[in-house]
Amino acid sequence: MTSAIFLDNVSISYGETPITHDISLDIAEGESFALVGESGSGKTTVLRAIAGLAPEWTGTIRLLGEKRGHGVDRASVKACQMVFQDPYGSLHPRKTVDTVLSEPLAIHGIGNRGERVEEMLRAVGLDRRFRFRFPHQMSGGQRQRVAIARALMLEPKVLLLDEPTSALDVSVQAEILNLLKRLKREQKLTYLLVTHNLPVVSFLCDRLAVMRHGRVVEVARVVQLRSGDFSDPYARELYAASGGESVSV
Amino acid sequence: MATTRDWLLADSPTSRTQAGAGRLYRLILGLLSNPLTVLGLFIIAVLVTTAIFADLIAPYSPIRQNLSVRLQPPSWEYLMGTDALGRDIFSRVVHGSRITLTIVLLVAVIAAPVGLLVGAISGYFGGWVDRVLMGVTDIFLSMPKLILALAFVAALGPGINNAIIAIAITTWPAYARIARAETLVLRNSEFIAAVRLQGGSAARIIARHILPLCTSSMIIRVTLDMAGIILTAAGLGFLGLGAQPPMPEWGAMIATGRDYILNQWWVATMPGIAIVIVSLGFCFLGDGLRDVLDPKNGESK
Repeated sequence: MTSAIFLDNVSISYGETPITHDISLDIAEGESFALVGESGSGKTTVLRAIAGLAPEWTGTIRLLGEKRGHGVDRASVKACQMVFQDPYGSLHPRKTVDTVLSEPLAIHGIGNRGERVEEMLRAVGLDRRFRFRFPHQMSGGQRQRVAIARALMLEPKVLLLDEPTSALDVSVQAEILNLLKRLKREQKLTYLLVTHNLPVVSFLCDRLAVMRHGRVVEVARVVQLRSGDFSDPYARELYAASGGESVSV
Repeated sequence: MATTRDWLLADSPTSRTQAGAGRLYRLILGLLSNPLTVLGLFIIAVLVTTAIFADLIAPYSPIRQNLSVRLQPPSWEYLMGTDALGRDIFSRVVHGSRITLTIVLLVAVIAAPVGLLVGAISGYFGGWVDRVLMGVTDIFLSMPKLILALAFVAALGPGINNAIIAIAITTWPAYARIARAETLVLRNSEFIAAVRLQGGSAARIIARHILPLCTSSMIIRVTLDMAGIILTAAGLGFLGLGAQPPMPEWGAMIATGRDYILNQWWVATMPGIAIVIVSLGFCFLGDGLRDVLDPKNGESK
């Protein structure tokens, strides 16, 4: 299998401040991969660099085999999209769902917008009466569905998920996770998920990388997560802190 | 009627038009719920109708002189009295509304978009673009408005058009500052990052995603500034640098009344009252718009 996301010795910085050091990851097509670790460990920064939103890095990043540049470019846009953490901040407050979902199609000159928008709403499980609502007329879960729909409008193969459920109620979290699982199956997506919630990892992912202080300390299979069989002491600590066995829900 | 209302307030609009109309309707409802705003709207409406139908409302010509009735006190024949040249002050105030409205509208139309664009570009790109644009803005901001307008009118020559240009030149920097501050906040928000990730160009992001969010505070600010614009125009008129005689500009009318202020108070007072009322009207309207449009006051309204 070719790799969907390939990082080799990637060090990212914001201005003068280095955030991550020598990150190397190889994520296969169709795989679900999680980045876990404490706040400030650089997980989100890795996602932003892959997406093109954090342009200051050294090393190599390949998307679906193609070497990617430092900014946002047309090819990478169609290959990879991102879902943000906070559904309250990631939707334009003055634009209807319809406008938000049509925008990527308009940017890339794709026709047949009305139908595509309706189709995508159906795919993410939103009724068509939501189509002309403003964000403030929707709940957090519904907004996050819109955000996921927006990320999928350009039919990317890779989806970067930045804590997609952490801003949501527990009951809604489950719905969104089920939706993500179904979408992955239906559209053959590759997920790179950032989270600090280990049950989410064991539900959705195949492998995970544990990050600390801007470095990957261990890459493990999700089976190891179920048994707590980590080699790195920090990874074991993280596992114990999140309640050990309760992870294997 | 009830069905139109239901259509407008529908929770799940079925078309783009309905969603937009619904938003507008809620906005108008919000505006009408505040009595001071309604008063402001009423004053502006009276100003606009007066300006449109000035020829029908004014009983006399605003410029024809009749020296046999000069300096008459207010009476039923001359509602606001007559001035030193026997012209009916009421007719002049009515016709003056046209000039005032022209000045206010033209200044807003020139200054607001310029300020908005400069501010948004400056805030979005940052770096040296920001430094250059804000440097220019600061230079304009550091000079007192009326003095700067005076200097421009002196350089361009007196007249109503030059007064408008001069006032516009002095008002845009404040708008640029506001727009920049708002853009700086919006630039790093996730919904802008999402558009960038979709490949949206900088021009598209500024024009379609950032500017619409800056306009509401801009509308508020411009409305509140209208009073100041009227006063600056009146100030220029008073100094003889704005509208030229015999144009019935309110500020110029006050200036001519100055000579008679002790014995014939109405000559200067009547246009003064008009300026105060119209300025107040714009202030009330601006306050009401702020309550309704300002996102910080809850978008849910």
